[in-house]
Amino acid sequence: MADVTFTVDGKKLTAPAGTLLIEACRKAGIEIPAFCYYPNLSLQAACRMCVVRIEKMPKLQTACTTVVTEGMAVTTESDEVKQSRKAMVELVLGNHPLDCPVCDAGGECELQDMTFTYGAHESRYVEIKQHRDEQQWSPVVFFDRPRCIMCYRCVRVCAEGMDVWALAVDNRGVSSVIAPNEGDSLLCEQCGMCIDICPVGALTSGTYRYKTRPWEMNHVGTICTHCGDGCKTTLGVRPVNDGVEIIRGDNRDKSGINGDFLCVKGRYAFDFAHHEGRLTKPLVRQTDGKLAPVSWEHAIDFTAKKLREIRDTRGGNAIGVIGSNRTTNEEAYLLQKFARSVLGTNNIDHHRTADYTAFAAALKDKPGREASLRDFASARAILLLGNDPTNQHPGLAWQIRTNVRLNRARLYVANHEDVRLRRQARASVILPSDGYASFVSYLGGNDGAFRGSDLTASFRDVIRKEESLLIAFGSELRGRDIQALVDFGLSLPNTKFACLGDYVNSRGAADMGLLPDLLPGYIPVSASTQFAEEYGSALPAQAGLDLIQMFDAAGQGDLAALYIVGANPVSRYGIDPSALKNTFLVVQDMFLTETAALADVVFPAANLYEKAGTVTNTYGDLQLVKKASDRAGVRTDFEIVVRVVDKMGADPKKLVPFGKGVRADFGQSRGAETGEADRHAVWLVANHLEPKLSPFDPFAVFDEIQRLVPAYNVPRLNLLLGNDEHLKSELVQIESVAGRRDLVLPANDVLYTSGTLGRYSAKLEEVVASATILMKPAETAAD
Amino acid sequence: MATETTIFSPELAARFDKLVTLYPVRRSALVPMLLYAQDEVGYISKAVVAEVARRVGVLENDVVSVLSYYSMLRTQPIGKFNVQVCTNICCMLRGGNELFEHCKKRLGIGHKGTTADGVFSLEEVECIGACSWAPAVQVNYDFHENLTPESMDKVLEEYREKAQK
Repeated sequence: MADVTFTVDGKKLTAPAGTLLIEACRKAGIEIPAFCYYPNLSLQAACRMCVVRIEKMPKLQTACTTVVTEGMAVTTESDEVKQSRKAMVELVLGNHPLDCPVCDAGGECELQDMTFTYGAHESRYVEIKQHRDEQQWSPVVFFDRPRCIMCYRCVRVCAEGMDVWALAVDNRGVSSVIAPNEGDSLLCEQCGMCIDICPVGALTSGTYRYKTRPWEMNHVGTICTHCGDGCKTTLGVRPVNDGVEIIRGDNRDKSGINGDFLCVKGRYAFDFAHHEGRLTKPLVRQTDGKLAPVSWEHAIDFTAKKLREIRDTRGGNAIGVIGSNRTTNEEAYLLQKFARSVLGTNNIDHHRTADYTAFAAALKDKPGREASLRDFASARAILLLGNDPTNQHPGLAWQIRTNVRLNRARLYVANHEDVRLRRQARASVILPSDGYASFVSYLGGNDGAFRGSDLTASFRDVIRKEESLLIAFGSELRGRDIQALVDFGLSLPNTKFACLGDYVNSRGAADMGLLPDLLPGYIPVSASTQFAEEYGSALPAQAGLDLIQMFDAAGQGDLAALYIVGANPVSRYGIDPSALKNTFLVVQDMFLTETAALADVVFPAANLYEKAGTVTNTYGDLQLVKKASDRAGVRTDFEIVVRVVDKMGADPKKLVPFGKGVRADFGQSRGAETGEADRHAVWLVANHLEPKLSPFDPFAVFDEIQRLVPAYNVPRLNLLLGNDEHLKSELVQIESVAGRRDLVLPANDVLYTSGTLGRYSAKLEEVVASATILMKPAETAAD
Repeated sequence: MATETTIFSPELAARFDKLVTLYPVRRSALVPMLLYAQDEVGYISKAVVAEVARRVGVLENDVVSVLSYYSMLRTQPIGKFNVQVCTNICCMLRGGNELFEHCKKRLGIGHKGTTADGVFSLEEVECIGACSWAPAVQVNYDFHENLTPESMDKVLEEYREKAQK
């Protein structure tokens, strides 16, 4: 829209016509206070704090509902305005308890700020304040009625933002009250958005309430460890006797790809770190057949000796490695390097939740075709094939809902189930659960592939008319079907794609080569020249065993050792424990899972909140993980692998390029071109990076990843600042994957489950056990 | 919708079917629907809330939220005749308060009370727009104007007779 020019406090400002005055002022750095106004939610004008004087208008006007017009002259601060705001604060305080010293919001309360600013600390009211006891609405939501200032933010974010409509305002005037949908309790997604958005301490969190004050915590922005959306979460942490504990998670600073959104898992499910079953000492199976705690030194020594012996006597092919969906990119990369260059095996895999390999192959050499999570907030049209984002990708569902609401984006849903996002859809069709491939073929114009109806025909017509389309598909589509879908998408003028997988670094695990046939960046193991030169050792050229084959081999006695990091395949794949009885099993995990219970050595590992590095969400957004909490006794998966490698007699410097000079160079080499110089050191200099000094520094490995995996060679500054960088997926040099077994096993997690990890979150368990959740998990997933 | 089971009379159900088509969004039919339902059922019962919510396409707590805002929508049954005495300024100056006190005494009930036989309910209300003929009383949808305690008795008597028929 055309710009208009207006004056605020004597300053000439310009903004597009239709802009709200409060927004125009905030953009120009003029702060107008408001309780009820919240960007992107509907207007309320309930709190009257944003009143300003506008020339030629008879009374003070609310800046949150006034749009700027040409020549408008506004005064935002004057005695008159101050007096009015002070009066409003006094009214609000009329029944507001003075319990700031114990209130959770104390120190970050908007009402406190306003009281300090406008000085309405002396009340002329003599009436007794109406007290109501606080109510518990769910395991995670508490309501303290007298603190409520009736700004309606919670009601609006629940209805408009979440499309749950669990909160409403009952009664009117002074007896108005926020009411949950079940009378005295909530039936909702338990996302906690209402708590976050509350400007005062009326809604408080079940995990955080009465525990600490905001200024007594450190606040660390990192990435949620649960689903594949990779939402940014700010963890409030404080030191305790045995480390640093997390007390709350939120994203009030709206940084990151998720804005201020977090779901129940991101906000509350960090308490697995304090679960009583958490391992803090290494365990080694004794001669009596029982696991017993031992020192780190002993456990590492024992493991290294055993692995070395097996490698030297039976060869690398007798060893298998299974990686994790929740470790950092650096750890995944390090693990495959460990497997291939130290153990000498390609028997490496992970629990695959989406066919990223086929996706990478389909997008090869097609720049700008992979959608970031950000793109969903602005796309004009979105086609959702399969998946249930409300359950499996809450962040994505939030972006889509927001986009539909604010920009009237057109959402098309094709699914075999009645997913909740149909409510936002412009058009939707129900497919048979095995009908995705034929439907894609039908979309592409093959009428014979799918028994269509008028509905599917018109669905196809509107999609094919879209000039710019974003296609997100779930793990229902794999292999050749992904190729077919991408081919169809590319026949439209401007299409982007997103492949939806399940866990925080499922994408990274695939990208970093936790696959038996592919190196990092999906380079075939048979074309490992560049990696072999870099690693300084020949790599096995034959594709290794995949996860299923490894357990088969173990059952047949052909797998002498299995090294598992952060995964629970015994439960997830229903492995018969007897298959592993003759296999030396090493497990790195937080808990004694079904898999760890069978191990010969269990290393107590740190979780994603206790380490640094990077993770890649399912959309290919690379983000920084910062260390927030800590637990005495545990070590990161990164450190454990490096220490085992060291004790195995291999050179850690060849594994982690730290320090100066990975290879000896006494000045006799002739430079990088000849292949003789220390390539890594040359690359570091060329990229103005310092050599890393510690063998446990994940960024030393990140340096190597950026150098060897072109898709990950993104500008680093933005990343280090805590922002997301989208991968250059088109640079992936993958060869044809036709006929490859995808082995995808969808995790089928819902909002309140998160594989094996979710089982160790007491809060999630409590939420699931309560009667307050909208969608019951069908069964507890395992990973 | 018409084929579904309804707690309303066929006429009212048909009226509601039309009502939701008259506005740009279905939700707008909520308040008139509640008023008509109250006229037929006598008050907004839980069953009314449930059906109205279904017809309008909102959740029940949303209906309760709107319902609880309006003082003329009630969630409890009342007497057959709802005597609403205005005590706003014009009526007050012309004896509205006295009239209200008289009704209380005569009916033996207070504000928002209902007689034991279920014939009368009494309510003190804000302006009913009959200032020119103050003091005024509204009984259900009928107005009675320029009242005195004596003429009020007559009005009540008429209704009592009506109730016995």
